Amino acid sequence: MRLKGSEIIMECLLKEGVHVMFGYPGGAILPTYDAMAKYDDRLHHVLVRHEQGASHMADGYARATGEVGVCIATSGPGATNLVTGLATAMMDSSPIVAITGQVPIPAIGSDAFQETDVTGVTLPVTKHNYLVTDVRDLAYTIKEAFYIARTGRPGPVLVDVPKDVQIAETEFIYPETDIVLPGYHPPSTAREHEVEGALRLIAEAERPIILAGHGIMMSGAMGEVRELAERAQIPATLTLLGKGALPEEHPLVIGMMGMHGEACSNHAIQEADLLIALGMRFDDRVTGNLKTYAVNARKIHIDIDRSEINKNVKADVGIAGDLKTVLNQLLPKLERKSHPEWIGRIRDWQEDSSERDILNYETPGKLLTAQVINDIWRITGGDAITVTDVGQHQMLEAQYYPHQRPATLLTSGGLGTMGFGFPAAIGAKFGKPDEEIWAIVGDGGFQMTLCEMATAVQENANVNIAIINNNFLGMVRQWQELFFEKRYQATPMVNPDFCKLADAYGIPNRLVTQREQVEDAVEYARSIDGPTLIEFVVEKEEMVYPMVPAGADLHDMKRRPKPGEA
Amino acid sequence: MAETKTDNKMTVVALVENEPGVLNRIASMFRRRAFNIDSLTVGRTHRPHISRMTIRVVAGPEYAMKIATNLQKLVNVIDVRVLDNEPHIERDLALIKVRNDDADSRNTITEICDRYPARIVDVGPEVAIIEMVGTETILEAFIEEVKPTGIVEMIRTGVVSMGRGTRIHDTNFINRRALVEAASKARSGNGRLV
Repeated sequence: MRLKGSEIIMECLLKEGVHVMFGYPGGAILPTYDAMAKYDDRLHHVLVRHEQGASHMADGYARATGEVGVCIATSGPGATNLVTGLATAMMDSSPIVAITGQVPIPAIGSDAFQETDVTGVTLPVTKHNYLVTDVRDLAYTIKEAFYIARTGRPGPVLVDVPKDVQIAETEFIYPETDIVLPGYHPPSTAREHEVEGALRLIAEAERPIILAGHGIMMSGAMGEVRELAERAQIPATLTLLGKGALPEEHPLVIGMMGMHGEACSNHAIQEADLLIALGMRFDDRVTGNLKTYAVNARKIHIDIDRSEINKNVKADVGIAGDLKTVLNQLLPKLERKSHPEWIGRIRDWQEDSSERDILNYETPGKLLTAQVINDIWRITGGDAITVTDVGQHQMLEAQYYPHQRPATLLTSGGLGTMGFGFPAAIGAKFGKPDEEIWAIVGDGGFQMTLCEMATAVQENANVNIAIINNNFLGMVRQWQELFFEKRYQATPMVNPDFCKLADAYGIPNRLVTQREQVEDAVEYARSIDGPTLIEFVVEKEEMVYPMVPAGADLHDMKRRPKPGEA
Repeated sequence: MAETKTDNKMTVVALVENEPGVLNRIASMFRRRAFNIDSLTVGRTHRPHISRMTIRVVAGPEYAMKIATNLQKLVNVIDVRVLDNEPHIERDLALIKVRNDDADSRNTITEICDRYPARIVDVGPEVAIIEMVGTETILEAFIEEVKPTGIVEMIRTGVVSMGRGTRIHDTNFINRRALVEAASKARSGNGRLV
């Protein structure tokens, strides 16, 4: 079958099982857009309002489904607008394939109109990228791109296709053979001595703790991790992206760790004699000061990326492998154990925390973010997919919306990308059309990508937007309060009337200023099939506790005082 | 990835696909991870689609391992080895242009070259070019000796290394395009290329 390059792109996407792509047309990608018409019934194109939105939507789609998300942009500014989304996906190991137009091959290097060295620009923020210079290479390059994006430690892959390659014709043969890449062999099984080593450390431990990361869900090892925890009675704490890896109502799951993690988790890590780190990478937001981090603990670290082992924290047993495979090697030989004393200590820390819980405070006349998020959790039965932006509301979501299922909290963890939440929620809706989706965003981050309201309306994407509006860049303000003597430089925000803005886009909306209005507004949003917006006007100067100041020891947390202590 | 550095140098050898932009990917990774490179050389092997790199770093074994695992992560890097755990041969080549405009300096240079594996490869009335091949240590000793006569220009290739014995660092991989084409040919049966 003789096809144009542009048609080959479409055929390849279909072969890879793609149903939806997020993009924005332009000169250098026009031939590909022209080819789309022929495939419209099988491949839905979502027209975004800014290419950053396209990359976040592809990312949200990928996080919600575990499948590769696809975004498309033109050369030059179109492609550079994808960069933030690529970097976000790279940090959080999210599989996306970006296809960009490029100026025709003879014009490359001539500073042609809308020319940018896109493979050069995106090199450090992609797992791999390609510039296709011959239409005969196109099919297997796209197949390779999908393979690299979804295997091993997933990540974004970009394919840059010059305009003349999109126009050129060739015989289309999709390579049916497996991809063979000489330098790409993601590790899978553990060696026997590594398994023995891990088993020995677990058997010897008196105060073990599991650090459960994002990799658990990407490997599909939720059942294995749960069995490990239950059989050896090991408490488990979650990273931000690890939320959902284990049901948070499980008695052995003790909540999030790190800078704004549960105090009990951080204390437990510091006092443990064994850390079992599963599919996580000891980010600085998780460890605090590395010199004083879990000094009494031996460490088992299992991750699919060999370069993560010993990167930040030295492992006593480091295993580069697929978590599910490795745990299945380990579990048959795992002895039953119990640690009642250790778990009792953790319960004491938990009790202390619940006394400090802001939900137990009398707050007459004020609407607090924690209340809003906890109410959304209660009303949605804790079963919605929540997609957050970055900042105080993100941390409070992690604290006050317990997740029971994998891939139900989508959030930019590694890069901390403001503007991620709302477009990622739209992408998630396309991946999980039957699920209830809530974009929980701050007033700052929402304004970075609010143009995608038009996309949501055009596609009638049923996404509920909850704006937590404190008229401040809240998390930055919190740092200014704590570390910069309350000099609120460039954090107060004069915001638009979000409800009027929603009106202008044709989005049904509600304004909530009192606790009593929350339930009605949330139910209203749930009742509408299409995008809705609720603006929650919350207390201006809230604090997220506990807080480990950047670089401080993990146990050195700033805590909310108990009632009557303040 | 800052880390306590030691004075000893480690040698990392990598086989990479000979494709456009590979050197850029590797250089970008070193810069991004803040790895300090002492020297990096790259050249072709007996397989035209494979190049081989020798990377020298001033670092301890842990640092070298970090470099190796991050190199291995790059899709175009086929295989990586840290050579310091095994006996190996290393060579560095220098071209050194020296002053040659009086009998004294001519004699001194000839005398120094006699004591080293060095050759005078070009002689003019004012300057001469010396070619010197050897380990990094010998090369540096040689340069120290030549310095007083007046070095006017110098270039070094950087160290290249190869492990001794039969533990071969090579690959039988044939290039990707050929693989795919062969597969497609077999499938379409008409011998036409993709």
